[in-house]
Amino acid sequence: MRNFPLPRPASAEAGLGDAHRRAWRRPLTLLAGLFVLLGTLITMPTVQAQDAVAIELLEALDVSSYPAKGEAITAIAESEDERARDWLSALLEGRLQRTDEGRFVIVLDNSGRDWPVADALSGEALGTMSRRDLDRIGINNALRNQLRSVIAVVDLYASDVGLRRASAERLLGEVDADLAEPLAGLIEQEEDARVRQRLTQALAIHRLEQGDILAIEHLDGSLHPRVRVALARATADSDNTELADAAQTALNNIEQTLRLNRAAETLYFGLSMGSVLMLAAIGLAITFGVMGVINMAHGELIMLGAYSTWMMQQLFPGQPGLALLLSIPVGFLVAALAGIAIERSVIQFLKGRPLETLLATFGVSLILQQLVRTAISPLNRTVVTPEWMSGSLVINDALSLTLNRMYVLGFSLLVFAGLLLIMRRTRLGLEVRAVTQNRAMARSMGIRATRVDILTFALGSGVAGLAGVALSQLTNVGPNLGQNYIIDSFMVVVFGGVGNLWGTLVAGLSLGVINQVLEPWAGAVLAKIIVLVFIILFIQKRPRGLFPQKGRAAEG
Amino acid sequence: MNASRRKVPSRFLSRPHASRSPSSRRLMAALLSATAFGISAQALADDPIKVGILHSLSGTMAISESTLKDTVEMLIEQQNEQGGLLGRQLEAVVVDPASNWPLFAERARELLSQHEVDVVFGTWTSVSRKAVLPVFEELNGLLFYPVQYEGEESSENVFYTGAAPNQQAIPAVEYLINEVGIERFVLAGTDYVYPRTTNRILETFLKEEHGIADEDIMINYTPFGHSDWQNIVSDIRRFGSEGKPTAVVSTVNGDANVPFYRELANQGVDAADIPVIAFSVGEQELSGIDTGPLVGHLAAWNYFMSVDTDINYDFIDAWIDYTGDEEAVTNDPMEAHFIGFNMWAEAVRKAGTTDPDAIKDAIIGVTVPNLTGGFAAMMPNHHITKPVLIGEVQDNGQFDIVWETPSTVAGDAWSDFLPGSRDLMADWQAPMRCGNFNVSTGRCGGSTAAEEAEAALAE
Repeated sequence: MRNFPLPRPASAEAGLGDAHRRAWRRPLTLLAGLFVLLGTLITMPTVQAQDAVAIELLEALDVSSYPAKGEAITAIAESEDERARDWLSALLEGRLQRTDEGRFVIVLDNSGRDWPVADALSGEALGTMSRRDLDRIGINNALRNQLRSVIAVVDLYASDVGLRRASAERLLGEVDADLAEPLAGLIEQEEDARVRQRLTQALAIHRLEQGDILAIEHLDGSLHPRVRVALARATADSDNTELADAAQTALNNIEQTLRLNRAAETLYFGLSMGSVLMLAAIGLAITFGVMGVINMAHGELIMLGAYSTWMMQQLFPGQPGLALLLSIPVGFLVAALAGIAIERSVIQFLKGRPLETLLATFGVSLILQQLVRTAISPLNRTVVTPEWMSGSLVINDALSLTLNRMYVLGFSLLVFAGLLLIMRRTRLGLEVRAVTQNRAMARSMGIRATRVDILTFALGSGVAGLAGVALSQLTNVGPNLGQNYIIDSFMVVVFGGVGNLWGTLVAGLSLGVINQVLEPWAGAVLAKIIVLVFIILFIQKRPRGLFPQKGRAAEG
Repeated sequence: MNASRRKVPSRFLSRPHASRSPSSRRLMAALLSATAFGISAQALADDPIKVGILHSLSGTMAISESTLKDTVEMLIEQQNEQGGLLGRQLEAVVVDPASNWPLFAERARELLSQHEVDVVFGTWTSVSRKAVLPVFEELNGLLFYPVQYEGEESSENVFYTGAAPNQQAIPAVEYLINEVGIERFVLAGTDYVYPRTTNRILETFLKEEHGIADEDIMINYTPFGHSDWQNIVSDIRRFGSEGKPTAVVSTVNGDANVPFYRELANQGVDAADIPVIAFSVGEQELSGIDTGPLVGHLAAWNYFMSVDTDINYDFIDAWIDYTGDEEAVTNDPMEAHFIGFNMWAEAVRKAGTTDPDAIKDAIIGVTVPNLTGGFAAMMPNHHITKPVLIGEVQDNGQFDIVWETPSTVAGDAWSDFLPGSRDLMADWQAPMRCGNFNVSTGRCGGSTAAEEAEAALAE
């Protein structure tokens, strides 16, 4: 049995002080735990009586009116039943349900048509039940808020520091007079600095609302939106000009820091968008830039990479992280093989005829799209984001960097470095450069030009596959995936300068940043148009892009 | 016996009116139904009733439309198991307009004049519906349109079984204001006709009916298939953290939703702080995302797969058996086709013929069960009555219904919140027979009224 009572929610009406205070007098110790264990053994016969109370508590939840459900939640939270937290969190997740016979159960897994359930009172597993026989106790967002607050107050006393942190975060701006009192004591006892800081701020917001000018010093410098809202309210307080002035000073400080953070955020957004552009284009920089083949099926090679991620996740269900890592080589291989097939079957016969190549590869792209539609499905496939890639890295309250995009940014730089290494340091790179500069001369030097063509095209296609693996974490995996990126890819390669990897890097990143800087005031549609117009004008001025190729080879 | 005959391509069967023009065919059918029915039924029994299906099976819209094709095929199969209609079997004629708007018009013409189908179920986007409209009016075909749309249209030949704005957008916003207490709104949409019209209607509605100030409404449009939502989500987060309860009303369409919701989840926009209510996101769209972080975000529809009625569970079971996919989901446009198909079948039984003019008269007032436990009736303006449901996203990709209108709402073709369309009404019954009757001038506006409304919209 839990050795503290469940306090009432912060939002509930009067009379909840007692619960908190009682909770306070019972410290969480091993000894107490032992006594409680003993107590449980002794009180076994009264379980029946307890269940009657518990059923009554749960019955109160099964009403159609949401305010009535809110009261029932408060009643459960106030009851000193040790199962209360389980019930409330099951209710929060929509897993607290009722069978046709009126028995309360907790659904363990709600996918498919038959769900495994456990009894809500005894916790005993009841096997699977059809969803037809179950009625869910529904909640809405208001109740969800109330439940989270209730659970947060309970979790303040949890021994797990993660739970305490989340709960302290939750209570910011939700502290009322009844919670304020136990909170002050709790802050003194708290060992974790982050929890302590949050709770202090939460308490300070409450004190600020009471007109306590000293509270502002605890809030100064905090970037949390709730703190800002509280300070902004205080500045509007005309009765207390001293308080209003102090709040205004603090608010000005905060606004200044916020502006810096906003700039950093935009830069990050730009770089991450740029890295996606660069990653999608870098394969094209090889096939189009170095080999001079206009490959309209490049987008579909990206799509194949994304589908191989999905395929790997089907092969390794439940291990999205492992599947994602494995799909890096698999995606590369699948796209590279598809690239070789395209090169051998279409492109090699159209050497030196760019218009025909364009049309033929466009046809290939349509064939590949429809192939995926018929063979797999026209519907988008779900690619799961592994746990370690979702969410964001919190720098401060105003600035947090989304993790999936950060991984993509890092991945694209790695791919770029790898390609650069291949082109500069390996025999293949040397041969590629020789063949593209002067094919006849290279052949007479003993380089097998056809083999180099195949390998180069495979390399470019494989890199497109890698882009697909990364994109599967950001966007839809469906037959149209490639279409959305082909135009952008050509744009980046042309802007950066055909045949120059560095140009692709700089062009991709700078286009991303320009786009994201423009977007807040121009809107997404107009920002895209402005960027396109800018590129058109730029190409007029410098037809060979940012980093034009120089020397005799370029003229040829 | 009959089944084996059905497999024979129809051009090998004797077709008494194969070479006749549509008008003489109508006359013929009317004569047949009016005269000795017993004799003609035998002759007709060999000739199946043709049901055209005009949904994209390739291209961008295949993601949404291909399941609708399967739905109609399933409904036809079920109807045939029950003995067909008027003693005749039904036969599906499937064409693929390939998400290409002009091709929609060509395929519609092919269905009506070449295959001589008796009814067509199809189209999804408003632009494809607008493309086929002249064809259906010219060749006097029947089209059942199953998707929620922006209104401002009523055609004699089209039956709108999806929601008009007053059956989805307006009740959804009222729910946000009255039940959730929202005071600030972000209207986010994809940049095309449906979101722009809907947002115009909503903006007027919010300002005039609820006194929401200009600075409390943020409007944002994004291109089709937009995938980089970082800046917009961060804007929404800032807009929503200024003290007033805020919600996002999303008319973002199709593929763009997945990266949008992903970004919301990654930037930690929680439904309890800033709920997003979507008009184009259903079970099928959610099947492409991990819904764990989206729990509590909302959608407004007239049907959810989670509706707890036996007729719905039967429909789901039939669908799962038909597709052979345990994970198959049902959604609102599928229910619209279910209702539309049954209404058409009922009208055919009532009229005793599949002749379009007879059906048009017979179908008004026809009432069939919907999947939410009530009934849908065809109104004189060719829209139907629907309940409005608000659902919250669950972690299993389903919606939990948190609110519904006390009774069904009749679809309004012409919105009361747009200057050009306020005075218009549609009634396809005799004697009015007009899709845009102006109640202030007392005249049937012809085709100009729709253009006026559009011009007022563009102003």
